[in-house]
Amino acid sequence: MQTVKMVITGPYSSGKTEFIRSISEIDVVSTERDVTTEAERREKGATTVAMDFGRITVDDDLVLYLFGTPGQRRFDFMWEILAEGMLGFIVMVDSSKPETFREAKSILETFRAYAPTPYVVAANKQDHPDAWSPDDLRIALRIDPEVKLLPCVARERTSVRDVLLELLYAILEDMEEQE
Amino acid sequence: MPIQGNLRDFSTTQLLNLINLSGRTGILRVFEGMPTGERDSNGNEKLQAGKERAQVLFRAGKLVYASVVGQMNDLIAVLNKGGKLTENQAKVLRERAKGTGDKALAMRLIGANYVTRNDIVACVQQYVLDIVYGVMVWNREPFRFDENVNVDAADRILVPIDIQNVIIEGTRRLKQMDEIAKHIDNLDLCLRFPANPKEKYEGVNLSVEEWRVVQYVNPKNTIRQIAKAHNMSESEIRRIVYGLEQAGLVEIVRPATTTRKDTAAGTTGGRPPRPNTQPQKQVVNRLIDKLRSMG
Ligand SMILES: Nc1nc2c(ncn2[C@@H]2O[C@H](COP(=O)(O)OP(=O)(O)OP(=O)(O)O)[C@@H](O)[C@H]2O)c(=O)[nH]1
Ligand SMILES: [Mg+2]
Repeated sequence: MQTVKMVITGPYSSGKTEFIRSISEIDVVSTERDVTTEAERREKGATTVAMDFGRITVDDDLVLYLFGTPGQRRFDFMWEILAEGMLGFIVMVDSSKPETFREAKSILETFRAYAPTPYVVAANKQDHPDAWSPDDLRIALRIDPEVKLLPCVARERTSVRDVLLELLYAILEDMEEQE
Repeated sequence: MPIQGNLRDFSTTQLLNLINLSGRTGILRVFEGMPTGERDSNGNEKLQAGKERAQVLFRAGKLVYASVVGQMNDLIAVLNKGGKLTENQAKVLRERAKGTGDKALAMRLIGANYVTRNDIVACVQQYVLDIVYGVMVWNREPFRFDENVNVDAADRILVPIDIQNVIIEGTRRLKQMDEIAKHIDNLDLCLRFPANPKEKYEGVNLSVEEWRVVQYVNPKNTIRQIAKAHNMSESEIRRIVYGLEQAGLVEIVRPATTTRKDTAAGTTGGRPPRPNTQPQKQVVNRLIDKLRSMG
C-alpha cells in the first residue's frame, strides 16, 4: 500500500486542526492539550502540541495522510520531522488577525526551506466579518504571484476539499514542469 | 470587507503600499488605542479603537487628502498653514466666507488674485503630506480602511499624490527602526525589479544613496553585499531597502543560486533526481479523482 502525506501548517489558532477535522474520514488523532497561558485560554480551549493526524483513503492501495503542525513556536522542533517526505504543504492564515501575518510568512519561509515541494496559502476564516480578502493578504504577506492563495473556511468540508484540490493541481503542474 | 488591524502589526507604510498596489478608493481612519486588558496572540496589549485621531483619503490608489481630528482642515486653515494667509486674514475670511465650500472659495480667491491655483495645490499637498508623515510614525493605533465611501463628500480640494514618493520620504523620516528591522529581517536575500519597472519608477524621487542601492539590484547580489559595496551600515541599508520595497520599486527574493529548481544537492545542470518515494503523476491523479468525488 502506498501512502502519501501533506502537511498543514500555519500560526497558532489559524485553523489547522479544524481543516483536517473537516475532511478526514477518521476522527482526527489530535495531540491537543488545554492551552496553558491566560491569553491563549481566552482565545480557545485547546492547542495542538505534537501534531494532528487525519486520513483520506482512496482505495485499498492508496492513502493520503494529513498532518497538522503545532502552531506554537515552542513546539517547532516537530516541524522538520513532519515535513520529511511530504508531497506538498498548506499554510493556513487566520485572515481576521493581522497580528499573525508576519508569523505566517515566517512559517511559510521555514517550510519552503525544508523541502522544494509545491505549496498553497489558505486565507482561512473568510466567513469572519473582520477577514481580509485573499488579494489583500497576498500583498500583506508578499506572496509570489505564481503561488496560489485561496479563500478558505476550514469549518466547511467543500472549502477544505477545494484547497486540497488546488494543492494537488499545483503538484501535478510541478511534476509536468519537471518532465 | 474592511481592512482593519493595528499599526503595530501592519504599519502605515504597509497600508500605503497595499492601497497603492490595489488602486483603492476609500478612507483610512486611525484611532486612539484603548487597552482592553487582554493580550493578543503575540502577547501584546490588545487595543480597541477609541476616539478617531486622523483620516486619510485615497482615490484610485493615490493619496488625496488627510486631516487630523481637532485641527481645522478647511481651505482657509490649509492656506494659513502654508503661509498664504495670515492669521488675521484667515479670521476675517472665515467670517465672510461662512457657508462657502472649499471649492467655491478657491474659485473666489483665485478670481480675486489672492492666491494662484498653484499656490492652492502646493499648500494642500504640503498640508496632507505633513499629516501623513506624522501618521507614519505612529506605531500602535488601531486602524480601519473603508471602501465604497464618497471621498468627495467633505467638499475638500483633493490633490492626487503618488504614494511611492510618500512611502520613500516617510521611510527616510522613520525614527523607530524596529518596524524596519522586523520587516527586513534577513540581509542574505536579494533584490529584483518588479515586472513593470518603467511604470513604477516614473516620477519617483530617489536620493543618491537610494540610487546607489538600485544600481546593484540583481537577484545575485544579497542585500548584505550591496551594503558592503557601498559601505553602508546594516540599519542604513535596511531603511533604504524597506522604503524601496514598500514603494513597490524592488522585490525581495531569495538568491538566484538557491531557487528551488537548483536547490537539490550537488546536481550539475538538469533536474535534481526525485527521491523514489515521490509518487507518480498517476497517484496524484487518483487523489484528485477521490477528492472531486467528495461532497
Ligand atoms: N469563523 C471561523 N472560525 C474558524 C475557522 N477555522 C477555525 N476556526 C476557529 O478558530 C479556532 C482555532 O482553530 P484550530 O483548528 O484549533 O486552530 P489550530 O491552527 O489547530 O491551532 P493550534 O493547534 O493551537 O495552533 C477554533 O475556535 C476554530 O473553531 C473558520 O474557517 N472560520
Ligand atoms: Mg491545532
